[in-house]
Amino acid sequence: MALASVLRAELAEFSPNFPKNFPKNFPKNFPEDFPDDSEGIPEILRDPPGPPRVLAAPPWGFEAEPEGPGLQILHGTTTLAFKTPHGVTVAVDSRATAGSYIASQSVRKVLPIGGRMLGTMAGGAADCAFWQRLVARQCRVQELRNKEPVSVAAASKLLANLVYQYKGLGLSLGTMLCGWDKRGPGLYYVDSEGQRVAGAAFAVGSGSSYAYGVLDRGLAAAARSEEAACELARRAIAQAAHRDAYSGGCVRVMHVGPEGWREVSHHDIAELQDKYLEA
Amino acid sequence: MLSTAGCGLSLPEAGYGLEAPVQHHRFSPYTFNGGTVLAIAGEDFCIVASDTRLSEGYSIHSRDSPKCYKLTERTVIGCTGFHGDCLTLTKIIEARLKMYKHSNNKTMTTGAIAAMLSTILYSRRFFPYYVYNIIGGLDEEGKGAVYSFDPVGSYERDNFKAGGSASAMLQPLLDNQIGFKNMQNVEHVPLTLEKALQLVKDVFISAAERDVYTGDALKICIVTKDGIKEQTIQLRKD
Repeated sequence: MALASVLRAELAEFSPNFPKNFPKNFPKNFPEDFPDDSEGIPEILRDPPGPPRVLAAPPWGFEAEPEGPGLQILHGTTTLAFKTPHGVTVAVDSRATAGSYIASQSVRKVLPIGGRMLGTMAGGAADCAFWQRLVARQCRVQELRNKEPVSVAAASKLLANLVYQYKGLGLSLGTMLCGWDKRGPGLYYVDSEGQRVAGAAFAVGSGSSYAYGVLDRGLAAAARSEEAACELARRAIAQAAHRDAYSGGCVRVMHVGPEGWREVSHHDIAELQDKYLEA
Repeated sequence: MLSTAGCGLSLPEAGYGLEAPVQHHRFSPYTFNGGTVLAIAGEDFCIVASDTRLSEGYSIHSRDSPKCYKLTERTVIGCTGFHGDCLTLTKIIEARLKMYKHSNNKTMTTGAIAAMLSTILYSRRFFPYYVYNIIGGLDEEGKGAVYSFDPVGSYERDNFKAGGSASAMLQPLLDNQIGFKNMQNVEHVPLTLEKALQLVKDVFISAAERDVYTGDALKICIVTKDGIKEQTIQLRKD
């Protein structure tokens, strides 16, 4: 339902008598009042009976990813984030692969959610970009209604509940929501399986094991200063890119503090590897 | 997932292993029609080029089926993959452009079209449009803009991108010649229109040599502030 209401303009392609002339053999739990234009009830409070599979999947049933000579969707790779007393440090690589083809080495895997929160991208690129944009919109609406910045816990719960409706349908999303709210630094890991976990440090993606190796070793030291934290994050991603074929491109390090988020640095991994492999 | 409709055939489960493997021929709503698209963004121009061959399996359906579609005076889209989905998608985009023009009394900008296409593609997340899109045009400041998409709507702004069957052959060449990747001690000169056109012709000639789905003719759309000009160049027809 969330998907349908966002894409209402698309639904205009169907005829104006949409609910009435719809085929009779559709699932019985399909809502009577769909599409619903009333703005009285906030979208997030309107309980949808289920995801709009009827819009997208053909009636004879179909796999999410058909066997074609290559309907490959873009996947993302190594991202990490950890809390320090100064805020949350986030680092991502920038490689997007479609099967074994590197589709892009310059993907932006950090998606801003308002001025005070960042979401990372791992898994399906379109899934992450779409759902985080939707969450960013809902966070903004909530901020306007409550006159208070939305908390990281609330934003992560919004995202987790949205994707949970599509559990089992093939969404691929592994994202960390990082922000600073009235409770201090906030870091949540949310994925398309329905997990939503708060924590102090996470690495997500195909290269996450390699990143954990470097990250865990230096976390205590990184709490000393922001530069040390950023350097640790950078090394961890560089190590993951070195060992994981599906990670690479460049490292982008961002920091979320009490004043909001900012980009700290942006390095090509080829240059970093020259630097780190010597040391 | 939902009820994947069974074929009605049963596998030899605890069989003796003597039967020949049973062939399950499911209906596939997709087919691959081939074709390659390329877009390059310059300082004040944008080039979108595509070959014009429409194939299916071992056959060629048409030698004159270009994959560039003009959307507005400043934007061209190139769509390859499954031709049926390309046609429907371009119809939907054109309808949405008209709706926008009627509601807002202005033409959609290239960036706005890209964002809209992303949501159109994602609305079919569970039964995707089997189309690889590349949008080329001028942004609001008059600079060239190229947006490349995956079949479900993930998109990114680039300086140059190749999509379609020969994309894996063309993209590395463009990375080297336009992006100056893997070259040392080279002066990064900005790309002129003439050099870009020559490069496009050269890369497509090379692609036609090595990719069976690319060939016949090359259609180039050049987008500048004066409008959209088209050129057609013949390629190998074998």
